[in-house]
Amino acid sequence: MTWFLYLAAGAALAVSAAASREKTKKALNKAWNSFLNVLPALAAMLFLVSISVALLPERVIASLIGEESGFFGQILASVIGSITLIPAFVAFPMAKVLMEHGAGAAQMAVFASTLMMVGVATAPLEASFFGWKATLFRNGMAYFYSFAVGYVVWLAVKAWM
Amino acid sequence: MDVRKALKRWRTAMASLFIAAVLSVAFPRAGREALSLLGMNVGTILGILPPVFVLLGLFDAWVPRERVAPHLGETSGLKGVILAILLGASSAGPLYIAFPVAEVMIRKGTSLRNAFIFLGAWSTMRVPMILFEIQNLGAIFALSRYGASLAGVLLMGAFMERVLGPKDREDILARFAEHRAG
Repeated sequence: MTWFLYLAAGAALAVSAAASREKTKKALNKAWNSFLNVLPALAAMLFLVSISVALLPERVIASLIGEESGFFGQILASVIGSITLIPAFVAFPMAKVLMEHGAGAAQMAVFASTLMMVGVATAPLEASFFGWKATLFRNGMAYFYSFAVGYVVWLAVKAWM
Repeated sequence: MDVRKALKRWRTAMASLFIAAVLSVAFPRAGREALSLLGMNVGTILGILPPVFVLLGLFDAWVPRERVAPHLGETSGLKGVILAILLGASSAGPLYIAFPVAEVMIRKGTSLRNAFIFLGAWSTMRVPMILFEIQNLGAIFALSRYGASLAGVLLMGAFMERVLGPKDREDILARFAEHRAG
C-alpha cells in the first residue's frame, strides 16, 4: 500500500511537471505547507494517545468506546467527534491505536464520521455562508446519519474481519 | 519561520510531550509501553504522509473547480451529481475551507443540491484520504465507511434541496454580497 502511494504520487508528479512547472511548484508548496501545519497536532495526539493507552487498562477503553459499550459508546464517540476539530490525518492513526487497545469499529466509525461531517465549532462560520436553517439541517442530518455509517462499518467488519 | 511563531505552533505538542513524560516517569512500565507505541506509529505515519500530501497538492492545483461550477446547475442531472462528487473528492483541506468554495460555486450556477453533495464529498470522500484510511484502519473499515458515506452524501443532498427553497438560495447569494462588501 505504501509503495503504491509513492508510485501514484511519483507518477502524478511527473505528469504534472511535464505539463506545467508553475502549477507543480504551487502544488508542492501547498503539500509542504499542509504537512507542516498538521505535524504539531499529529505529534500532540501521538504523545497523549500513546501514554493514555499505556496507562488505561484495555478494559476501561472497551467499557467506554468498545464494542460492548454499544449505543452509549457510540453517543460518546459522536459527541466527541462533533465538538472537536481534529484533522483526519490525526484522527485515523488515533482510531487505529484505540482500536488496537479495545475500541470498537462501530464507535470509531461514528467518531470519524461525525468528526468529518459535523462541526459544532465551525457552525457559526458555516451559517455566515449558508444561513442557520441550512447549517442546522446539514449538521443535524450528518449527525444522525453517522450512526448509520457506524452500523454499516460494524456489519462489514463483523462479516469480513 | 521565526522562532516565536514556531514555538507558538508547537505549544500544544510540547505540553503533551511534557505531560506524557511526567506520567512516564511516574509509571515507568506504562512509559516504556507508550514509548514503543510511539516508535511504532511515528515511522508508519511519517512514511505514508508525504505521498498523500503530494497528491492533495496536485489535485488542488489542477482541478478546475470554478470552470466546472456552471455545469452543476438545476438541469445537470446525473452528470452534475457525479461531477459534484468528483470535485469534492479531489479536494484538500478541512471542511470549513470548503464553505467559501461552495458559495462561489452556487454563485456560478451550481444547484443547491449539487453544492451540498460537493460539501459532503469534500468532508468524507477525499481520495488521498481514503488511501491513508485504508493504510491505518484496513480496507474493510475504510471502504465500508466510504460506501455508506456516499449513500449519505446523496441522500443529504436530495434532502437539503427539499428543505431549502428559492428564497434560501437568494439569501445565500445576498450573504455573498455582504461577504464581498465586508
